[in-house]
Amino acid sequence: MDSSQLIGITTFTYLFSTILYAAFFIFKSDRLGSIATIFTAAAFLIQTAGIGLRWLESYQLGIGRAPLTNMYESVVFFAWTIILIYLIIEWKFKTKIIGTFAVPFAFLAMAYASFAKGITKEIVPLIPALQSNWLIAHVVTCFIGYAAFAVAAGLGIMYLIKNTSETRQSTDNSSLLGTLPALQVLDDIIHKTMVFGFLWLSVGIITGAIWANSAWGTYWSWDPKETWSLITWFLYAITLHARYTRGWGGTRIAWLSIFGFISVIFTYYGVNFLLSGLHSYGSS
Amino acid sequence: MKNKNPIWSFFASVKLALFTLFILSTTSIIGTIIPQKEASHWYIERYGEKMANIFASLSFTPDMYSSAWFTSLLALLCINLIVCSLDRLPGVWRQIKADNLATPLARLESMTPQYRWQLSGQGNEIGRLLAASLGSIGWQAELRDREDGTLLFAQKGAMTRLGVYIVHISILVILAGATIGAMLGYKASIMLPETTSTEVAYTQGTHTPVNLGFEVRCDHFNIEYYDNGMPKSYRSQLSILEEGKVVTKKAIVVNDPLTYKGITFYQSSYEPFSDFMVTVTNNNNGLSETEIIPYQQQQTLPKSGLQIGVISADGRGQSASKMKIWFTDNDGEPSLFWLDNGSQTTVQRSKNNYTVSVKQMYATGLQVAKDPGIWLVYIGCGLMLFGLVIAFFTSHQRIWLFIQKESEGKCSLLMTGTANKNKAGFAKTFQHLTERIPKA
Ligand code: HEM
Repeated sequence: MDSSQLIGITTFTYLFSTILYAAFFIFKSDRLGSIATIFTAAAFLIQTAGIGLRWLESYQLGIGRAPLTNMYESVVFFAWTIILIYLIIEWKFKTKIIGTFAVPFAFLAMAYASFAKGITKEIVPLIPALQSNWLIAHVVTCFIGYAAFAVAAGLGIMYLIKNTSETRQSTDNSSLLGTLPALQVLDDIIHKTMVFGFLWLSVGIITGAIWANSAWGTYWSWDPKETWSLITWFLYAITLHARYTRGWGGTRIAWLSIFGFISVIFTYYGVNFLLSGLHSYGSS
Repeated sequence: MKNKNPIWSFFASVKLALFTLFILSTTSIIGTIIPQKEASHWYIERYGEKMANIFASLSFTPDMYSSAWFTSLLALLCINLIVCSLDRLPGVWRQIKADNLATPLARLESMTPQYRWQLSGQGNEIGRLLAASLGSIGWQAELRDREDGTLLFAQKGAMTRLGVYIVHISILVILAGATIGAMLGYKASIMLPETTSTEVAYTQGTHTPVNLGFEVRCDHFNIEYYDNGMPKSYRSQLSILEEGKVVTKKAIVVNDPLTYKGITFYQSSYEPFSDFMVTVTNNNNGLSETEIIPYQQQQTLPKSGLQIGVISADGRGQSASKMKIWFTDNDGEPSLFWLDNGSQTTVQRSKNNYTVSVKQMYATGLQVAKDPGIWLVYIGCGLMLFGLVIAFFTSHQRIWLFIQKESEGKCSLLMTGTANKNKAGFAKTFQHLTERIPKA
């Protein structure tokens, strides 16, 4: 059993988790919900083992480096973080239904990592520019931020669906959407998740700047990837201010959580494939 | 409240902040789509003369992010931050320093959450008892006997109200550091052949020479490879010289530069030469000679008269990993052998025995940066994270306990409180307190 097999298994287990959460959402059976949670937690453990094993394997290959340095590894870590954040939210807010909207992101990320063309799963050694602890800190913190924004966007979609259905018909608790958490609760979780993501994105941008400074002597060079991460950061800063000082909430914040995540995706993938710059290592 | 000047109000408004942040984020996109810092003919080739001119006149090229309009937007953000902070800070400070023991009863009665109960005893005795009990669970309370009763007050985290301002100031600190760096610092580069030294670097872009004020010498450069052929490290052994004397030495690699007198040298590139450094030592008499010789040319070492040449080389691209050496001491047939780059071998000749080593010559490419603003930038980053944690995860919590005489030997108590953030969390804390406070 090697790490890529373990990680490959995770792709399918997250698909299955997605189906379980969807079934739970539709049939509202508490047993299904518990099964979904247990299953997701197990898949998460398998993935953790996979990532750990990959780390070990890199030492066996004499390369010895954290598994966080190319597109494949970062996407796998991204999925891992989404599930971690989701499980924490489920545990803290005691609501399983959110899984229906958060777990698919992890599945999509894993499917992308496993099946997309041009993504190498090989453990390759690090070129000199990438041999830095700041780089590891940079990748970890950015991806915690990104994963939180993914969860916030999932919750944003949930909010919008529930909100439309509530304005169309009188709330009927026995309906499908009746099982979703109350709008205020959702609004609160979206806000908290975004705040969490914003903090980590800030740390991510700062550690990235420190890394760039130790490698090239410039902490900020307006490279497209840096610029897009700043754009994303501005977008979430706007969202926080709009909420905090202008009292925005509900639908508008839900939309902003989705726009923000689109910007995250663009920072993450779009820049590598559509624009050019220092961070092009991610495209291999 | 005094009447606000409309210009002041304009610059103090959060609406302006939202507007500026929005414009900054949308216009930033332009420079990620149109490549920056290319030569003007590059833009003409890529976009045609007409578009290239339009881009240039709008300052989209060659360097949008340092154009007048973009820096003005950043300046507007700064003015907005400064005015907004000056506008609000006095009020925040009044809240931090407020005399909370003077809060009128009517206000206390209008607050939520609330908890009421009754106790027998004298007002100020009960007050002292409750103050001690609050103190024992971490809420240091003050007490005042007023005309209408006795008021107890305890608070936590008053200073956390400043968290947001720390975040805002940190942005100013970072931008100040960046400005200092841009005005007083420079970015330059040097291509420094091994064994040579220089005092001059050339700035990026305009290639203006800058004097370093000391000499930097590359003693040695080497590349290590992984087994699969990927480069593992680029390493330059650098020496700093003042008035011809070595004052410091360091082997730099990518991600680990050398800083001397505020100037930092980064490993950034290299250039292989078709020259080789050979060292030949006669093991019988210990005489050693080092010479730099060109490729495929026979050379006579001046002192010993030994002859040596690199007749072929093998490696990747311009970098040789092993060389075929031709060597003779004019006593018998010349020796021919392969030698790995940077290694040495012993050559047995009819009379003497020699140690020969060879190494390809390189120039190391150094990035040279002087940035006197970097510390401000880093301090600003630290402040920002500190401020964010305070702004997001802490709050100013206040508890009041009002004791009013009901009848002789009996008092009614009102406990209330507020928090400026995380009201749900505070409600729990409050609930907790009501459970632990003496009720009889
Ligand atoms: C990129 C720039 C900025 C960042 C990162 C930033 C960050 C923050 C943060 C983290 C908060 C706390 C929000 C919360 O607790 O949920 C905040 C609040 C606030 N910000 Fe900013 N800010 C920025 C620019 C500005 C500007 C330009 C203004 C100018 C008016 C401004 C005005 C305010 C105000 C008034 C508050 C609310 C303060 C309070 O009443 O407690 N911000 N900001």
